[in-house]
Amino acid sequence: MGRIVLDKVTKNFGDTQVIPPLDLTIEDGEFAVFVGPSGCGKSTLLRLIAGLEDCTSGRVMIDGEDVTEVSPSKRGLAMVFQTYALYPHMTVRKNIAFPMRMAGMSEEEQNTRIAAAAESLNLTDYLDRKPGQLSGGQRQRVAIGRAIVRDPSAFLFDEPLSNLDAALRVGMRLEITEMHARMNTTMIYVTHDQVEAMTMANKIVVLQAGVIEQVGSPLDLYHRPCNKFVAGFIGSPKMNLIEGAEAAKHGATTIGIRPEHVEVSATDGLWQGTVGVAEHLGSDTFIHIHGIDGCDPMTVRTGGNVSFKHGDTIYLTPDATQIHKFDAAGLRID
Amino acid sequence: MAIVAQSSKYGKLGRTVLAWTVGLLFFFPIFWLVLTSFKTDADAVKPEFLFFFTPTLENYLNMTENYDYWRFATNSVITSVFATIFALAVGIPCAYAMAFNPTRATKDVLMWMLSTKMLPAAAVLYPMTFLTKSIGLFDTHFMVIVVLMLINLPIVIWMLFTYFKEIPKEIIEAGQMDGVNTWGEIKEILIPLAWGGIASTALLCFIFCWNEAYWTVRLTTTEAATLSKLIEGNRAPEGLFFGRLSAVSAAAVGPIIVLGWFCQKQLVQGLTFGAVK
Repeated sequence: MGRIVLDKVTKNFGDTQVIPPLDLTIEDGEFAVFVGPSGCGKSTLLRLIAGLEDCTSGRVMIDGEDVTEVSPSKRGLAMVFQTYALYPHMTVRKNIAFPMRMAGMSEEEQNTRIAAAAESLNLTDYLDRKPGQLSGGQRQRVAIGRAIVRDPSAFLFDEPLSNLDAALRVGMRLEITEMHARMNTTMIYVTHDQVEAMTMANKIVVLQAGVIEQVGSPLDLYHRPCNKFVAGFIGSPKMNLIEGAEAAKHGATTIGIRPEHVEVSATDGLWQGTVGVAEHLGSDTFIHIHGIDGCDPMTVRTGGNVSFKHGDTIYLTPDATQIHKFDAAGLRID
Repeated sequence: MAIVAQSSKYGKLGRTVLAWTVGLLFFFPIFWLVLTSFKTDADAVKPEFLFFFTPTLENYLNMTENYDYWRFATNSVITSVFATIFALAVGIPCAYAMAFNPTRATKDVLMWMLSTKMLPAAAVLYPMTFLTKSIGLFDTHFMVIVVLMLINLPIVIWMLFTYFKEIPKEIIEAGQMDGVNTWGEIKEILIPLAWGGIASTALLCFIFCWNEAYWTVRLTTTEAATLSKLIEGNRAPEGLFFGRLSAVSAAAVGPIIVLGWFCQKQLVQGLTFGAVK
């Protein structure tokens, strides 16, 4: 079990309120991702759930029990930190065994769990090494192993992949997602990387300045962003937001169109612009175009074989059915 | 052409010469002390025996036979060891609390602790003397240990605080998530991780306790008197007996020099704490 409810939780640091009253429910077995720009309060929110920060007001409930005043170790949660936070003076085996030893578990049970965790995380050959002798990816796996053996009601991940290189990050992302599918335990994952959020979550919580902007499934957020901030934040490359006369034609203050919903042509189209940079990824090409009224530069995602280059004139036609409209306050117009 | 820093040959030579000069300058008094301790009191003041003389162990024999050196040395060991242990026992939890759970007052508390070192010891000499006598603790080991611990506590806490600050807070938080209590955090995580820093702090505290003279001389007579008192007691009304005094002083600083020699690395680390992070 691992149903987590935040009930009007607030957090102040001195006179500054970093989390205004906030309500959120994470159902048992969900993979919830807190995503937002740096300083939006996502890590603070995770730490409030973990108990590493005290709530200024409000309640944190785990499986119906109020744990607001309960110490971190008694909440039944396990946390994986960005910096791994392994005990450098202990071997991998001792690191993984540590929470079980603290819980007074028998040595036999400890060994069984260590062996199982090590096997599932490919750490069997490294059990007698110290963290300093491991690579970043292996260290993060040890941190996950230390969390798994506790059999927690929920896992909390605080930007666990930020310190890894791009290739390892993709690998670990898959491993964590698979782990969730296998264990079906509640996971809360903090990241500023919206690709991680989209690929891993079944519920994304988008935060800005401590306020929840939108909660929903990745595709919900992608296809129906509730405001301009979410529209711009979710999706890579970012949604093009166009203001001015072009938006007014659609009865909105701002319209948004995703890069893949714009057709390009060398001869004709609705909008005319000039190619700035064309980024060839092989399978796709991202073309950054200047000279479009109300949106400079505009990014367009097109096939891998287009041959536009810097300075070429380009014509664009948006897919009218995929235009998102926002009012003056930045809220979605349906 | 890329600009790279040029190291001057003369600059390096100059620094080497300077380092040797300063080193020798500091070493000379110790060398002279040991040299003089092997001269008779009469030879010690004669210019013709400055470097060339007939060495004698007379002063050392006199010290152990007539002045009960071993009792003073034992007292020094007892008071320094226990004062260091108690200073660490109080200092470690204190520095831990300030390093990992700082409040707005932490900086002020640290400054206040340091400010106690600015108080001239003489200002509290009479109250301390009367107080210790009236409660019957004058010239007791307990009294000396408490005083040595208290006067070194600010520096112990400052040093430990600096070492503890270097430990990532996440490791302590991981411990909290893993179910350790406060004592467990200190025992299982903090002490093993900061062992080097704790060892250098202990070593420096021990040296400061060993060398302390102001209070140990004034708050003891015989029972708890340390080696500082022994040196002080060798001042005779008829004048200074340099040979004898040198032997006592050499025997007092000897153990600490030997200890320092073996723990050079920790000492340098301790003395330059916070300089390189």
